[in-house]
Amino acid sequence: MAEAAESPGDPGTATPRPLFAGLSDISISQDIPVEGEITIPMRSRIREFDSSTLNESVQNTIMRDLKAVGKKFMHVLYPRKSNTLLRDWDLWGPLILCVTLALMLQRGSVDSEKDGGPQFAEVFVIVWFGAVTITLNSKLLGGNISFFQSLCVLGYCILPLTVAMLVCRLVLLAEQGPINFMVRLFVVILMFAWSIVASTAFLADSQPPNRKALAVYPVFLFYFVISWMILTFTP
Amino acid sequence: MAAVDDLQFEEFADTATSLAANADATTISIEDPGETPKRQSGPSRGSGREEDDELLGNDDSDKTELLAGQKKSSPFWTFEYYQTFFDVDTYQVFDRIKGSLLPIPGKNFVRLYIRSNPDLYGPFWICATLVFAIAISGNLSNFLIHLGEKTYHYVPEFRKVSIAATVIYAYAWLVPLALWGFLVWRNSKVMNIVSYSFLEIVCVYGYSLFIYIPTAILWIIPQKAVRWILVMIALGISGSVLAMTFWPAVREDNRRVALATIVTIVLLHMLLSVGCLAYFFDAPEMDHLPPGTAAPNQTVIAAKYS
Repeated sequence: MAEAAESPGDPGTATPRPLFAGLSDISISQDIPVEGEITIPMRSRIREFDSSTLNESVQNTIMRDLKAVGKKFMHVLYPRKSNTLLRDWDLWGPLILCVTLALMLQRGSVDSEKDGGPQFAEVFVIVWFGAVTITLNSKLLGGNISFFQSLCVLGYCILPLTVAMLVCRLVLLAEQGPINFMVRLFVVILMFAWSIVASTAFLADSQPPNRKALAVYPVFLFYFVISWMILTFTP
Repeated sequence: MAAVDDLQFEEFADTATSLAANADATTISIEDPGETPKRQSGPSRGSGREEDDELLGNDDSDKTELLAGQKKSSPFWTFEYYQTFFDVDTYQVFDRIKGSLLPIPGKNFVRLYIRSNPDLYGPFWICATLVFAIAISGNLSNFLIHLGEKTYHYVPEFRKVSIAATVIYAYAWLVPLALWGFLVWRNSKVMNIVSYSFLEIVCVYGYSLFIYIPTAILWIIPQKAVRWILVMIALGISGSVLAMTFWPAVREDNRRVALATIVTIVLLHMLLSVGCLAYFFDAPEMDHLPPGTAAPNQTVIAAKYS
């Protein structure tokens, strides 16, 4: 004690015991390194997973998305009460369908002066704004479906009408006449009914029960307008 | 003995009655915060809750009494504010449409059907349906009228849809706005018993346009007489709905002003229907030619092109 007290003032005479000298023997052992690489004890499998979607080939990425879109197409064509369309929504399918439909429905530049069919932009706007309006309507009525889920369902259910457009285009290559028109009318009506059934199978459950008809009617109007545009298409 | 009675367990009555006896007692009420803003919408919430709130002297319950006519309690930038305008069930919408089709003299559409629950669902979707009904019927009727002509090339006339949409939505929103402004201005001068909110007027106008949907579909028939009879019938029904709705609102006013208002309302309605008929539907001139002169012309034309 006396030595320790005198040690700061008297460096030369006695060997002062350094403060905390005993600690170095106790806490820091030679075995534990305090320098070097710090490795976080993570499972190496996670790091492999993270880099796999980043480093995978473009073909894999595209094929994965295309398979998801194709799976949803199958769900639309054979509508069962399943949640797949709602759970993993994506907007690639609706975009592909809408662009295809608008490309086929637009009038050529030849008769653009006359009051003809819709332009590409008009079809695009009608489909997307119609879908947004229906979604807002169903949300305002108290439905518990999310915004993008509803857009996804409405967009995917245009698939039967796109198929009808393709069929109509093929039928129009044949000679015009009333039989031609009856065939087109029949195909369009059939696909229109298919679209309605498919979309109500997915959307009806999300509405409160006393307002189902109020939420389904705008869907009916939406697909009716698209069917009318398909039916009255003249090349 | 009295001691036994004192020791008897005291039954605590219902919260409501015990608070009625002792209104100053401090109470703790645990309320689900999610339910409070929804108290005013949905009558099936249970009236017991409202009784409790009233007896608790809750401030919101006083406001509930005062705001019974206007239930928009959320600020206008929230989604719930707009949900209050869509608080209708299927049967209510059907009842309102029925009321607009069958005007009963003496029964006010607003008082009977809307009853301070104006909705925007009806006006918006009836106008949308009407837009497409007029455009599609016009297109179909033109196609049928010009069916025999060889020089006619069918076009879908898609441009007319946007014109129809502009006209009908402008009518359904601007005319109620003007009418509401006019009624508010007259209300400041003459005290009227009956006054309508802007949304109720939009609602009446929207539902009164419903009769034009079947009218537009029937306008496909290419007979001028049939079309004008349809115009008269539709104007009679929807005009009377509007007149009977707005007559109580202007009745106390100067006689001339009241009559002028009603006449203007009906006139604008007629202008809309006649304008739509004239613009979207071609005149069926072919049917006015006597069959004797028409037949040889057609056979000559058919012989030329065959």
